[in-house]
Amino acid sequence: MAATDVDIFSNEEKRNLSLGGHVGFDSLPDQLVSKSVTQGFCFNILCVGETGIGKSTLMNTLFNTMFENEEASHYQNGVYLRPRTYDLQESNVHLKLTIVDTVGFGDQINKEESYKPIVDYIDTQFENYLQEELKIKRSLFNYHDTRIHICLYFISPTGHSLKSLDLVTMKKLDSKVNIIPIIAKADTISKSELHKFKIKIMSELVSNGVQIYQFPTDDEAVTEINSSMNAHLPFAVVGSVEEVKVGNKTVRARQYPWGVVQVENESHCDFVKLREMLIRVNMEDLREQTHARHYELYRRCKLEEMGFKDTDPDSQPFSLQETYEAKRKEFLGDLQRKEEEMRQMFVNKVKETEGELKEKERELHEKFEQLKRMHQEEKRKVEEKRRDLEEEMNAFNRRKVAAETLSLSQPLKKDKDKKN
Amino acid sequence: MSSGSEVISSYSSSSSSSSIMAESVIQEMPPAMCLEKPSVDFSYVGIDAILEQMRRKAMKQGFELNIMVVGQSGLGKSTLMNTLFKSKVSRKSFLGTAEEKIPKTIEIKSISHDVEEKGVRMKLTVIDTPGFGDQINNENCWQPIMKFINDQYEQYLQEEINIDRKKRIPDSRVHCCIYFIPPTGHCLRPLDVEFMRRLSKVVNIVPVIAKADTLTLEERDFFKKKIREELRANGIDVYPQKEFDEDAEDRTINEKIREMIPFAVVGSDQEYQVNGRRLLGRKTKWGTIEVENIAHCEFAYLRDLLIRTHMQNIKDITSSIHYEMYRVRRLNENNTQANGLGDHHPASHEI
Repeated sequence: MAATDVDIFSNEEKRNLSLGGHVGFDSLPDQLVSKSVTQGFCFNILCVGETGIGKSTLMNTLFNTMFENEEASHYQNGVYLRPRTYDLQESNVHLKLTIVDTVGFGDQINKEESYKPIVDYIDTQFENYLQEELKIKRSLFNYHDTRIHICLYFISPTGHSLKSLDLVTMKKLDSKVNIIPIIAKADTISKSELHKFKIKIMSELVSNGVQIYQFPTDDEAVTEINSSMNAHLPFAVVGSVEEVKVGNKTVRARQYPWGVVQVENESHCDFVKLREMLIRVNMEDLREQTHARHYELYRRCKLEEMGFKDTDPDSQPFSLQETYEAKRKEFLGDLQRKEEEMRQMFVNKVKETEGELKEKERELHEKFEQLKRMHQEEKRKVEEKRRDLEEEMNAFNRRKVAAETLSLSQPLKKDKDKKN
Repeated sequence: MSSGSEVISSYSSSSSSSSIMAESVIQEMPPAMCLEKPSVDFSYVGIDAILEQMRRKAMKQGFELNIMVVGQSGLGKSTLMNTLFKSKVSRKSFLGTAEEKIPKTIEIKSISHDVEEKGVRMKLTVIDTPGFGDQINNENCWQPIMKFINDQYEQYLQEEINIDRKKRIPDSRVHCCIYFIPPTGHCLRPLDVEFMRRLSKVVNIVPVIAKADTLTLEERDFFKKKIREELRANGIDVYPQKEFDEDAEDRTINEKIREMIPFAVVGSDQEYQVNGRRLLGRKTKWGTIEVENIAHCEFAYLRDLLIRTHMQNIKDITSSIHYEMYRVRRLNENNTQANGLGDHHPASHEI
């Protein structure tokens, strides 16, 4: 009996087993981490805020680097997004950082369409990733992930409430990207005003149903710090790359005649909190949320839009592949039909033209015949004339000859007469 | 006084403005990677904290590992599994049937365990293939195994192309297949060659010489050399495959391993007293074989390769190379079918 009969017996009971000694797979996280280090990381930040509100300065301060940028003009026709990629390295970690700036946001007189370019950009990044994922020959591990992991929304420090532009934009973005709202240029607000401002902002966000990013509190190692930070949202930040000497230390700060606002002083502003949350504690979680929540949502909507379903009306599970095949056949059928139509049209046109050409040919023939006949007519006439002419000539010649002979014989007679 | 690492940056602007390469000064000692705020260093950004975040996430999620053992009955497969994971992971121990009849057909039996070590949780699945190579006529005995491996890939693929898919797709793909070579001392048998040739294309194969305590060291070396020659002559690429070496460092490490393949192993789950220590071993009249002594057998190398150093790499090759190859083949099959050419590709079903 050939050994091909299979008796597959999947015994999926899981039991907890205690090991009798040191096996060694506790090195797995280390292996995973070292693999990620060689691969490198990607992180993409989107900064949304009015021109001049301090986005570029904050980025410089956060990453402690002077990213190259010129001041943006205030006279843009519309909002456009400017992504820039930088390669950063700290100890052995390589980070591919992409900072996307919204140029011209809030500058137009009519700001109704301001949010559109931003939403389109985010969707395009998701689309690119989806395309790569759906490819047949794909390389997801080398793919430069440009999906936006975090959107920092810069709120103007008016001290009153959110602007309607802010609310509208954040509402459009909250299902697509992790949003952290921050109050920019916080050194223009006093402490008490700031407190009221923060409460007002948060209550407005809640009442408008805007879902901002909540720092995760399910991991015991970070739950404490994250939940305390959640209470400090939105962060009031001040950015500066200039160094000022305070006491016997040199710190990054903004110098005013009435004092020095230190960026890293927690009682002056929340910059340290922002850096802590954004980079040192939750960067990985931000990336995961983007992939597991926002991207999946986009993918689901996109595929459903294209007409795929997981189950058909009879609740039979379809596979994406089958639906795709069905759609493909449909599409090919359409294509063929169109081809047929076009061919028909072409054939008809050809027939028409052929007909016309035949007509013309016939006419030409007729004309030719006619001309031929005319020509023959003429020829005949000319022949007749020629014959007439010839006859005349002959007659003339005969008369001439006759006349000559007559005149010849006559002078002879005269001579004869003379002689006689 | 400022300590801390400078962020080295090189610019590559993707906007329309010209790109300028700038480098800032480097070389300061990197601070300890932790969440406490260092006192004076505004130059430390904290990007490397992401490593710690990743580690935390990995520990929380846990890991999965699926190992398949293939070989004739009586070669010590179950014992080796028990020895590798220092617990009774094999099916036999679980079912408590020490004596089993050799099945009339090949069966594929998998059993899962949740194990934990120093906070790292892992779901270990051992897939046994009793009946392999035991019949009189062993033709196509690799087919059920190939089918099983491909089924796991198929399952993963189906889940991946779902519209509403799980956050973490359960990974049942076979990461590693340990093939047991009987210790004849001469060369590979046709069954071994056939099996390994076909399966090395779809899964990572780690060949081991079973019951190596029947070979002397010289016989062992000769056997190993012969096996390596035959593998090379038949174009069989076992793990670690040469073509997947990523850089020079990888290559040197992997070359050393490739020179030792196949590992000559001895398994045991019984402990004996040797020189005042309790060690895993096999006690015979002429001496005690210590399983973890590298002078006696190469079990320790196998364990280090599989578990301590290359486990992540094995999983990566499975998911990014073998699985992708399966996926490409499968999606292309569907395309040719849709084009009305029918499935006329015997090559794609090559087993």
